[in-house]
Amino acid sequence: MDSSLLVRGAALADGSGTDILVRDGLVAELGSALSSAGATVIDAAGLLALPGLVDLHTHLREPGFEQSETVLSGSRAAAIGGFTAVHAMANTSPVADTAGVVEQVQSLGDAAGYVTVRPVGAVTAGLEGVRLAEIGAMARSRAAVRVFSDDGKCVSDALLMRHALEYVKTFGGVVAQHAQEPRLTEGAQMNEGLLSGQLGLAGWPAVAEEAIIARDVLLAEHVGARLHICHLSTAGSVDVVRWAKARGISVTAEVTPHHLFLTEQSAAGYDSRFKVNPPLRRAEDVQALRDGVADGTIDIVATDHAPHPVEAKDCEWDAAAFGMVGLESALSVVQASLVDSAVAGWTDVVRLLSSTPARIGRLEGYAECIAVGSPANFTLYDPAVSRTFGTDALRGKGVNSPYLATVLPGRVMATVHDGYATVLDGELVDADVVAERAMARRTGSPGTQSHTAGAQHG
Amino acid sequence: MRHLLSTRGLSREEAVGILDVAEDMADVAQREVRKLPTLRGKTVVNLFFEDSTRTRISFEAAAKRLSADVINFSAKGSSVSKGESLKDTAQTLAAIGADAVVVRHPASGAPAVLAQSGWIDAGIVNAGDGTHEHPTQALLDAFTIRRRLHGAAARGRALDGVAVTIVGDILHSRVARSNVWLLTTLGASVSLVAPATLLPFGSEDWPVSVGYDLDDAIAAGPDVVMMLRIQAERMHAAFFPNAREYSRQWGLNDERAALLREASIVMHPGPMNRGLEISSGTADSHRSTVLEQVTNGVSVRMAVLYLLLSGATGSRGSQSDSAATPSPSGMNQSGPEQSGREK
Amino acid sequence: MPARIVLQQADITRALTRISHEILESNRGPDGLVILGIPTRGVTLARRIAAQLGSISGSAVGLGSLDVTLYRDDLGRHPTRTPAPTSVPADGIDGSTVVLVDDVLYSGRTIRAALDALSDIGRPRIVRLAVLVDRGHRELPIRPDFVGKNLPSAQHERINVHLQEIDGDEFVSIDEAQAAK
Repeated sequence: MDSSLLVRGAALADGSGTDILVRDGLVAELGSALSSAGATVIDAAGLLALPGLVDLHTHLREPGFEQSETVLSGSRAAAIGGFTAVHAMANTSPVADTAGVVEQVQSLGDAAGYVTVRPVGAVTAGLEGVRLAEIGAMARSRAAVRVFSDDGKCVSDALLMRHALEYVKTFGGVVAQHAQEPRLTEGAQMNEGLLSGQLGLAGWPAVAEEAIIARDVLLAEHVGARLHICHLSTAGSVDVVRWAKARGISVTAEVTPHHLFLTEQSAAGYDSRFKVNPPLRRAEDVQALRDGVADGTIDIVATDHAPHPVEAKDCEWDAAAFGMVGLESALSVVQASLVDSAVAGWTDVVRLLSSTPARIGRLEGYAECIAVGSPANFTLYDPAVSRTFGTDALRGKGVNSPYLATVLPGRVMATVHDGYATVLDGELVDADVVAERAMARRTGSPGTQSHTAGAQHG
Repeated sequence: MRHLLSTRGLSREEAVGILDVAEDMADVAQREVRKLPTLRGKTVVNLFFEDSTRTRISFEAAAKRLSADVINFSAKGSSVSKGESLKDTAQTLAAIGADAVVVRHPASGAPAVLAQSGWIDAGIVNAGDGTHEHPTQALLDAFTIRRRLHGAAARGRALDGVAVTIVGDILHSRVARSNVWLLTTLGASVSLVAPATLLPFGSEDWPVSVGYDLDDAIAAGPDVVMMLRIQAERMHAAFFPNAREYSRQWGLNDERAALLREASIVMHPGPMNRGLEISSGTADSHRSTVLEQVTNGVSVRMAVLYLLLSGATGSRGSQSDSAATPSPSGMNQSGPEQSGREK
Repeated sequence: MPARIVLQQADITRALTRISHEILESNRGPDGLVILGIPTRGVTLARRIAAQLGSISGSAVGLGSLDVTLYRDDLGRHPTRTPAPTSVPADGIDGSTVVLVDDVLYSGRTIRAALDALSDIGRPRIVRLAVLVDRGHRELPIRPDFVGKNLPSAQHERINVHLQEIDGDEFVSIDEAQAAK
């Protein structure tokens, strides 16, 4: 059976038009008026073909919190959002602090087949912030972990952070820090400001993020290590990272779509769908983050997709869990906040959501453009439509989206992962079909597969 | 009026209106039969997630004076992990048939969540939520000031030009917040006095003046000095060194009270820490309105329950707040005065 | 259909004078009388009647107002009503002859509420009712003791009472109701 795909009439990020022929997991041909008998044709007239999106920050919740999300359901959410690879954060149960857990997560991702799941390893054992986790074992495992993070919590002990930077450097990895000084944010609920004082909600001051980033960039400079800062949320944080880069420090920074789009005013009605960590901030912070994207201070957009069960949000603000789902809405929100406001163009979006996060995570097979001979990971996106975002647009288990009833632009119409379609005609391809195609790719079809070099495959 | 969640959402007319109805309710207390049949057949539930005998008794007395039935529901522990969730509790009350729910909760915004949730169709009265608001306390404070100033001629008046100074733990005080919004709406000028550690972030942008020195504030000759209680937890959490220093700097002792103008009044929401934020002598002086505040509390709460429960509930049964970002409302739908055609 | 004036100012004055005389006659003088007006226009009429009683008899009679809002049986059927003040003479009403005064008597429910309110304030010896206009259509067994004018009316018609102190002019008129009640 011919499994090749022929995409007709897509537009690339640079504006040029092309057909794309996919065979055996690779981009076989680019050009116009391509033909291939037996190929499945995808009509891409009016659609943008973007390299597959890579999320450097996702919570798949499995193992341990399967009521919120599983690797399968999270992968499906990612695919409908145009993603072909996600980095799964380590705050599972058990924590991903051993080779065993990260290999399990990767296997689940491979079996599901919708996206390439790259497990993130914990920095400290059990995320307790006391001792280093088995970083070497995780790096050398089949999962070939290269990104390490205690996300959810901050590595707040300065000495431990120093050692983490050095030890992770030993294995060619990067520490991704969730910057939050715990003593300044005990019981914090929302951004500390005029609004929090009026609403009576405990404040999460900007300085608690900025002070940690300032310390960590200096530590990274001192020990000569790479550092990645998760979910920047304040203007001050952007300033610190800008200063650090000007000094030549090897730091990369990420921002979430929601921090580019929403402000703390959303919290005024105590609707806990807007409760997130780090919190939504002021309009001035949103503007500074957009400026940071425009001038390159901020390197990538990552979703921090954080699904929760309904009862964890259907309650008073203080009792509600922190977090928003974001895989399904990411590209639309990036379009609304960056492209439609002329902060960035589509080639910038490719860097922000695909090639740069792949580079930071040491994920091979992603370049700044779709090229012949490269693994076939791309998404077809219609930027011209708009829709009222509702729960019908969600595919993961979580419905805690802040965009319900909001009009958002754009829609993913197709996604191709490792040469097979995971989304077609705007809808997910059936899970059994995807799993079967993924298995076929793993078990001996010719052509390279899109995992990092040096990793073994089970 | 569908709910009373905050004073921040009340207009001047609405606020004066509530105080005027409270005057009528206060008159009932002078009669032989201190009861009205007005809310007969209505059920008021006191849903208290925090201990508070005083406020609960006050609402209970208010409801009973209007012939409503009262159910007291004391729910300890609010988080999902500790016990029944807010949602389940609310739906249980709805099944019992509550017409109004008076709720006190440690989480700011819990009454607003109840009002917006669709879990229960009752009128919601906020009896204190976290550090957010305690609207009936502010209303009874305003009523007390108005009565002390104007006596029997208080009806229809606001508090224009009255200088009020609030002293104490403003940061953690829902009473302070409700008073700031209500007093300024009624035309009073408000100043806050506290150490910087006990002032909310951003309070310099509130419609108040802020100072650290109590003696300066007293020298400015305020009409009202409102003392807030210092809670035991704060004394162990590095907001100020110890009770002695707090009392020396910000306590209203006999010496300071003697410097107040003759007509100035001293208020306290209770319960008082005698000897800490207020001296016994001051608490028992002619200036002190502490006991009147308690009496007035019943009248004001009767007015609130009346306004919530007596009118046509045409809006009940439909969600009046949207699913997108609803804002906390002081009061909705106060009806027009009827010209009384039906005789 | 335009309003039809049924009582002019002079008619109203004559009616109130006659009512005042009737009150004094039935009470055999002014002793123990307390005139309580039901807001809004009943209060104005009560004030006038009390003044007349005083000038006819030579001694002052008790005067006050009785708000019935909190005793109504139809509160749940209308938007929230704002109560008006209730004031009774300092000596109270125990043992006195209370004359309730209202402008229009219709279903009788207001007067029923007034009797309930009265019984929570004290125990009068006798309660009488004086109204400027009785328009019929009683729903309860209530009857006035003193009537300015009997004005049989259809249910869809509306009686308007204007008094100088409140409305700036003075008349009683009848017209078609604008919208369904």
